[in-house]
Amino acid sequence: MHARPRSVSALVVAMQVIVMVGIAAAMLVVSGTGPAAAAPVPLAGAQTCVKPPDRSDDTIHIQGCLSDAREKPPAPVPGVKIDVEDSSGKVVGKGVSNSGGVFDIRLPGASIDNLGQTFTVKIDKASLPKGAALRNPKQVALKVTLKLDSDVFVTFPIGNDTGGGANKATQALQLAVGGLVFSLLLAMAALGLSMIFGTTGLTNFAHGELVTFGALVAYGVDSLPGTITIGGTNVTIAVAILAAVVAGAGFGWLNDRALWGPLRHRGTGLVAMMVVSIGLSILLRSIFQYLAGASTHQYSQFSSPRPWHWGPVLVTPKDVFIVLFSAVVLVIVTLALQRTKIGKATRAVADNTALASATGINVDRVITVVWIVGAALAALSGVLLGMTQGFDYQLGFKILLLIFAATVLGGLGTVWGAIVGAMVIGLFVEVSTLFIPAELKFVGALVMLIVVLLFRPQGLLGRPERVG
Amino acid sequence: MDWHAILSQSLQQGLGPVAAVYCLAAIGLNVHFGYTGLLNFGQAGFMAIAGYAVSSFVATWGLSFWLGSIVGLLSAAVLALLLGVPTLRLRADYLAIVTIAAAEIIRQTIGSVTLLKYFGGQDGLQGFVGSFSDLNPFSDRVGIPGVVTWRPYDFWALLVCWLLVALCCLIVWALMRSPWGRVLKSIREDEDAVRSLGKNVYAYKMQSLVIGGVIGGLAGIMSALQHSAINPSFFATDTTFFAYTVLLVGGAARVLGPVAGTVIFWFLLSFLDLFFSQATAGTDPLIPTAIMDSNQASLMRFMVMGLTLMLLMIYRPQGIFGDRRELALDAR
Repeated sequence: MHARPRSVSALVVAMQVIVMVGIAAAMLVVSGTGPAAAAPVPLAGAQTCVKPPDRSDDTIHIQGCLSDAREKPPAPVPGVKIDVEDSSGKVVGKGVSNSGGVFDIRLPGASIDNLGQTFTVKIDKASLPKGAALRNPKQVALKVTLKLDSDVFVTFPIGNDTGGGANKATQALQLAVGGLVFSLLLAMAALGLSMIFGTTGLTNFAHGELVTFGALVAYGVDSLPGTITIGGTNVTIAVAILAAVVAGAGFGWLNDRALWGPLRHRGTGLVAMMVVSIGLSILLRSIFQYLAGASTHQYSQFSSPRPWHWGPVLVTPKDVFIVLFSAVVLVIVTLALQRTKIGKATRAVADNTALASATGINVDRVITVVWIVGAALAALSGVLLGMTQGFDYQLGFKILLLIFAATVLGGLGTVWGAIVGAMVIGLFVEVSTLFIPAELKFVGALVMLIVVLLFRPQGLLGRPERVG
Repeated sequence: MDWHAILSQSLQQGLGPVAAVYCLAAIGLNVHFGYTGLLNFGQAGFMAIAGYAVSSFVATWGLSFWLGSIVGLLSAAVLALLLGVPTLRLRADYLAIVTIAAAEIIRQTIGSVTLLKYFGGQDGLQGFVGSFSDLNPFSDRVGIPGVVTWRPYDFWALLVCWLLVALCCLIVWALMRSPWGRVLKSIREDEDAVRSLGKNVYAYKMQSLVIGGVIGGLAGIMSALQHSAINPSFFATDTTFFAYTVLLVGGAARVLGPVAGTVIFWFLLSFLDLFFSQATAGTDPLIPTAIMDSNQASLMRFMVMGLTLMLLMIYRPQGIFGDRRELALDAR
């Protein structure tokens, strides 16, 4: 009995180590790129994207700038033909990008006639210079609905010619890099969900909100006035990550202490608890929106350094940091589950709660620790996810079904299953965009979830027992 | 604070067409969850598939509205079969995850740019209510003047919706007092006991899923008709949980539970909505802007819904009118 508190504290120490490693790594990334971040990268060259002068007449113009993002700084793309069509498909304006890559098309009629109308801006792909193509080849037309009496600015991202079949492999590799980053973040969230399911049987629909919580706490630290520096290095983002993990752990403890623990003790059924978790998810999500608004946020003090060319693929230092950091975290947590006393106790409780309790394991303490660690993992996943793609109040809710897909795919309640499932889902989501439109990438993963359930309901690593 | 306007508009909402649509969806869920114990978290998917079948039949392909309605209800039934086959033999939470995933698959696919020319992407479809509004016998505002009135088309939609609610309640009542309904209820209580009596549990669950799904499809069609438009955001996951809240407020496994739940819950939600929007409006609002602005005021309904769902499930799972003995909720 004396050993147990020590093993709890061992886990806490392990978590502190994780966070320290993370801070050190973050500092490396930040300090390594400090000078680059300090000197603003000249996004617009001397002649690139100079907006046409303001007018005072009563017309609406559709303007835009075409620049080739492969060049540093982005080079203007001149001589590209742009057409504007009204909602009936009639061409109402034409334009060609000038030497600065800027096009400026006047809509016929006064602004009052055009308000509320929808126009389609089409780019003539054939007029693009050789080798350049739209980053999204299918996006040749943009729809604009005029809501304000002001000019509209549109952009068509131009980059590598990705249409050719020869570099499909490169593309797949590039997507796999993104998939790896995403799958590791998914794995941290899925591991928490799976551990909580394993020990308590709760299918927690509010797990996505634990993810969002982490991103929001970090955003709170990030948007504090001023910067936090240690020895002249800006460590705001490292402090933000630390704060998110600690607050996430506390939030997990609160979840268990205030809600799920009491429900377990009064013997509330699992279905009822599932419905409660849905209510909690809706409540928390609206509170997040209440506090943070509906817009998408970025961490202002985390600048994105220039990518490295590793062979044919582009890798950002941020990607490398996230992959290394989350891999270390995952290894430490799984090792702790395999080796430490509390880890073994956790697996025992997941295996058979009654038996574990009979052998003297304090089931409630194990569950509390699982909640703390699971929520901390989710919060960490949230911050890092927010760093890669920005976030809003729905960050976690949007990936909740993917987290479920990962855990079910690997086998609900199994530790390695959650990680393997997340790797499969994460890579599948990104790489599948080679073949299906990017907007349907989550759909592909969810279809996979249903197909797996059809043929192997216990998941890839689950034991083939009767689950129904 | 204009209390008369708030109360009148809340009543208008509580009895209005939107409430009636949620009532239909909740009746479908009552068959699934209340009587059979199936956790269908994808009612929005059944609604979407039927609603879109009708609107795309008319708006995209120019076919008959009535044919579209029949196809819509049939496709809801087919969806139930497709979802039931892999999951009804599994544990309750698997059905929950698969149905919620399926509803998202349907919503994201229908709203995609790839299928823009059939389903109108995120903007959805309009202009398909011709056959339905031609039957509208009302030409003036209807209601009790000074208390609550509706525009003629709204009242027509509302009337049809509530008639369908009455019809569905009648069907559910008749089904659930039949031997078939008693088998469903015993499946909810103890599946293994029913199986040991020689009943084909799987088939009964499947029939229940299909019937509830078709009622959900009816809700989807009426939702499209009542808005005179359809778009994917009508069928987000929250729609399903609104229907669940409505069902649980009234009391699951009661024929009239969804009806009572709808009127009460929708009245309450609209009341809060209007109260907070008035309290935050104007130059000198009742609640200072620093605490709550008008955007935040519109979130109060979701907070109330989440909290209601939690508290109901914890303290009164049988709802207002339910019977606790009737609903011994537990996963196997």
